[in-house]
Amino acid sequence: MEISITINGKEVKANIKANTLLSTFIRENLNLTGTHVGCDTSQCGACAIHLNGDAVKSCAILAAQADGAEITTIEGIANGDELHPMQQAFHENHGLQCGYCTPGMVMSSIKLVENNPNISEEEIRKGLEGNICRCTGYHNIVKSIKQAATEMGG
Amino acid sequence: MYELEYSMPSSVNDAVAEIKKSSEAKYLAGGMTLIPTLKARLSSADMLVDLKGANLSNVSVSSSEIVIGSMTRHCDVASSSEVLSSLPALAKLAGGIGDHMVRNCGTIGGSLANNDPAACYPSAVLALDATIITNERAITAEDFFVGMFETALNENEIITEVKFPIPEKASYIKFPNPASRYAMVGVFIAKKANGVAVAVTGAGENGVFRCSEIENALNSSFNVGSIDNVEISPDGLNNAIHASGSYRANLIKEMAKRALNEMI
Repeated sequence: MEISITINGKEVKANIKANTLLSTFIRENLNLTGTHVGCDTSQCGACAIHLNGDAVKSCAILAAQADGAEITTIEGIANGDELHPMQQAFHENHGLQCGYCTPGMVMSSIKLVENNPNISEEEIRKGLEGNICRCTGYHNIVKSIKQAATEMGG
Repeated sequence: MYELEYSMPSSVNDAVAEIKKSSEAKYLAGGMTLIPTLKARLSSADMLVDLKGANLSNVSVSSSEIVIGSMTRHCDVASSSEVLSSLPALAKLAGGIGDHMVRNCGTIGGSLANNDPAACYPSAVLALDATIITNERAITAEDFFVGMFETALNENEIITEVKFPIPEKASYIKFPNPASRYAMVGVFIAKKANGVAVAVTGAGENGVFRCSEIENALNSSFNVGSIDNVEISPDGLNNAIHASGSYRANLIKEMAKRALNEMI
């Protein structure tokens, strides 16, 4: 089937099989491999993207469902060479170790902060329920998000 | 996932016509259960009929009831000013389902049609005596939930909206499984003009149920202490790797107390 999606500001049209997952479409058809697939059972959140302004898990959505949508992936949040405040904060606070979960952490937490600019540490920890990290123990991730929240205007 | 076709009709009638084209077709709501089970080949379909285009997501409120369209997402129920002001327990329940990314997709109609024995919404529907409106009829909450993953819905029937009578007070507390975050036990208490209703999710072998022991105690005296001496039998409760029946029986009392503490 034919779909048309605006991804990181660019319109793409593609002919896909209807059982193509959105995460597969992003990674394999568009070669945007920053979106990761971790658990493939929609629990880990490594595949988080923004779909029409909402953070969602792209491995639990069909590309067909996103026909006509506007999507932002981890590749689309920096402003040229200038990192998004959330990326910069993860960099400065070492909010990662292996980095596998990081794109999902960043995409998910941008929306947590946008929807709650004065987010507390407790709300950050609760908000990260859908993003699993097996390296860091979350401490520096939470620190990163707190710093980014201040810079994003909280 | 097996190969399948996808369509997104623009009305309920068109969706019914579409699904009748194949005996293996399924409706798709938010997809937060269906897509992962299709991926794992725990279920299959040769066509998905997406209800997103059928104009079923809206929330309206009157003095006596809240009406929620079946395709309304959990995030929209959780943040709805109408729900927050007239039935805050329901907004809180919706805001505690899954995680924020799941709540951006999952819908009330999808959750009810799936009737997962550990889902949150069935407890609110049962305790509040909500009515499930479909394209064919109105179904009482009591009749709707038939058993684990089983409802009174006919083959091609579509939930269009859910009508919740507004109680005097209500509260919902769940004890989430530490890994899956599904309710090991969730208790919804509603104080209504005609008495107290207590519905329990997550614990029963056949899914959601009314807990008459706690209801009786609260109808004689509506306070936390009145359920101290209530005995909950582990018979009929899930006895599984994550929690034994007797542990769940104890959690029912404990969650009921926490819910009451929010109400009194």
